[in-house]
Amino acid sequence: MNPILILIAKRLGLGLLTLWFVSFGVFFAIEALPGDTAEAILGQSATPETVAALREELHLNQPALLRYWNWQIAVLTGDFGTSLSNGRPVSELIGTRLGNTMFLAGMAALISVPLALCLGLLAALWRNSLFDRLINAVTLTSISMPEFFIGYVLIFAFAIRAGILPPMSAISPTMGLPDRIVFTILPALTLTLVVVAHMMRMTRASLVNLLSLPYVEMARLKGAREMRVILFHVLPNALGPIVTVIALNLAYLITGVVVVEVVFVYPGLGQLLVDSVSSRDLPVVQVSCMIFASAYILLNLTADVIAIVSDPRQLHRT
Amino acid sequence: MLRTNRRTFIQGATALGLASTLPRAAFAQPTRGGRLRAAMGHGSTSDSFDPALYSNFYMRAQTFARNNMLTEIAPDQTLRGELAERFEANATADVWRFKIREGVEFHNGKTLTPEDVVASIDYHRVDGSKSAVKSSAESIAEISIDGPWVVMTLHEPNADFAYLISDFHFSIFPSENGKIDFSEGVGTGGYVVESYEPGVRTEFKRFANYWKPDSAYFDEIELLTVADKTARITAIATGQVDIADRIDATTASRVESASGVRLFRTSGPQHFSFAMNVTQDPFTDRNVRLALKYAVNREEMVEKILGGYGSVGNDHPIPSSSPYFNVDLEQHSYDPDRARFHMKEAGLDSISTELHAADAAFTGAVDAATLYSESARAAGIDIKVAREPNDGYWKNIWRNKPWAASFWSGRSTADAMFSLTYASGAPWNETAWNNERFDKILIAARGELDEGKRREMYHEMQKLVHDEGGAVVPMFADYIVGLRDTVATPEVTGNNLDLDGLRFLERWWMA
Repeated sequence: MNPILILIAKRLGLGLLTLWFVSFGVFFAIEALPGDTAEAILGQSATPETVAALREELHLNQPALLRYWNWQIAVLTGDFGTSLSNGRPVSELIGTRLGNTMFLAGMAALISVPLALCLGLLAALWRNSLFDRLINAVTLTSISMPEFFIGYVLIFAFAIRAGILPPMSAISPTMGLPDRIVFTILPALTLTLVVVAHMMRMTRASLVNLLSLPYVEMARLKGAREMRVILFHVLPNALGPIVTVIALNLAYLITGVVVVEVVFVYPGLGQLLVDSVSSRDLPVVQVSCMIFASAYILLNLTADVIAIVSDPRQLHRT
Repeated sequence: MLRTNRRTFIQGATALGLASTLPRAAFAQPTRGGRLRAAMGHGSTSDSFDPALYSNFYMRAQTFARNNMLTEIAPDQTLRGELAERFEANATADVWRFKIREGVEFHNGKTLTPEDVVASIDYHRVDGSKSAVKSSAESIAEISIDGPWVVMTLHEPNADFAYLISDFHFSIFPSENGKIDFSEGVGTGGYVVESYEPGVRTEFKRFANYWKPDSAYFDEIELLTVADKTARITAIATGQVDIADRIDATTASRVESASGVRLFRTSGPQHFSFAMNVTQDPFTDRNVRLALKYAVNREEMVEKILGGYGSVGNDHPIPSSSPYFNVDLEQHSYDPDRARFHMKEAGLDSISTELHAADAAFTGAVDAATLYSESARAAGIDIKVAREPNDGYWKNIWRNKPWAASFWSGRSTADAMFSLTYASGAPWNETAWNNERFDKILIAARGELDEGKRREMYHEMQKLVHDEGGAVVPMFADYIVGLRDTVATPEVTGNNLDLDGLRFLERWWMA
């Protein structure tokens, strides 16, 4: 059987095992936190009787392991349960939010990945020139600034001063695509400024690394232009680390953007996760964490496969 | 010959008594139409249509748009019937009768019946109810239907019962066989819920068959939850929303300076307190409590913490807008000498204690505690401010530590406020206070229908809390809201809560 397929199958299997560990860990981490959903929902209006009544209704008085077991069995049959806080099916709650998060991540990725690759390429081409130094300085600065700061600066510049974009990304499921894009531009730009640096610098570094090798010198001696040398001779060999970094950043775009969501009031999965942890809403937290874990696992898997496939030595070793 | 120019027109209009329509957009006649976008700093993903679990201002605003209750607190703070056309009590104020309005339609076309009312109230009374208003509902011994009347017999007399039943938890929902159905948020209110994402937004459309005249002027409403303060302020400053609530003192001037925005203040019963547990040292001695009450600079707190948007408190929870407010009560003020006097009476030359605070109690609580610590120093009192984490404040700190900061949105009746916090055994008795005389007059005043006698009793209760109680109430805070000039408000707005008693969705209109 094709060694690549075997590799993918093995990795997927390990991935599922990881997901199981994640769900176990998250469950007991939330259990360890003080308070529970009943107290969180009732808030200040909690009295011992109402809390007890709500606990009974939500089955929170059952032992933890039993609840985990029940949840596991339900998930294996495709039933993700209902949110403890508002009784809605978890799949419905998470569905819209996940869609929003993927849309934002998609837009940010569409802008940042080509940008990072181009900038990295040009920086490698014109290494040590003024352009190179400038690009490095600018991207390093943007990655060092906190995301909410970048977000607020962009809001100030585009929404308040120029008034061309809305400050709040109040998207709704019924909105058309052009409207959605307008509302998502600013958060996507914020995220781009945060992730470009890492990808660009890794692109530049892996390209430059290979430039001292003999075969590159050979290509140059043959008379190939610098751009051709970099694109066709160096880039395919540099693909491994570049793709890995891109995968890491894409995973971040899906899982790590809660601050941007808060600043722009963007209804994504990060915000839902934070709210659910505050209200100890286990079913929602579990499924969200598993989605995040899956994102990392799948993206890493894709990166690894690409890295292996692009390197004939590794390809034939597996 | 009749020459009409501007002068004669105004004279004529004045003569016709139309002087009230002076050119101020805010007080013009209401007009129908328009789409309102409002951003509230409340609401969470754990909200739902379940009336037992409503807990924040967002749900209150949403509830008043889609549902009605039996009675309503009118803008002038009097009580008027809503779904109850008329209501009356017997001489001993323990049997209340509500005549249910005829011809009221729910959003799904069903007609309102007394059975729906009974089912909606019973939902909070049943055994095992998790309702936030369980204690109010349990004061009802029996509910029965008498033709178009719903009769409620109480365990004890309560002259304020009709106020209690106006609580938004007692929303009337359509019922079938004694069980209410709130799953779609169907009610009798002015607006139908088109879509609802908890913690994000609600979309409303006006209900064409709303029974209440002169109400529900907007055609459509988008009610958003915007937890981030900066996002709320930016949204109203750039015109992305028409209303933004929960503006705090530090940013109020920023909001006001944006073009096309004005501030809307409500001076209501909202107050902040530093609650001492009177069963724990050193707060067991009333002299120590009095010393601490004289050691706080109230004006400074109103100025620095509330930015002037508020008024000083007098160590009891009744606001100056209440008809029962005791104007003759001595105003506790910052007096280090008197503080020292009381400390000597208690046999101490100095007091050293901790005050626990977090911004979860109220915005600026930690700063207020710090100010308190500074002003108390002059009286020889050493207050160590313990800054606590926000998460879990209400569970772990409030009522667990001997002295902690707390916040009260207030109640529309003095009885409700006192019963909630100062009666011995009350569910939220944050000071663990137990005063026999207070409890006695509280119950007597509750059933007393004679206004004069009632006022006297409430005055005495305020004095008791002021002199003997364990809560230092330094300030009453105004609610501040930002409004764009696209929104108009009526001349008289309710001050029991923010945003016209949180009924702004049905009472306000597009300018």
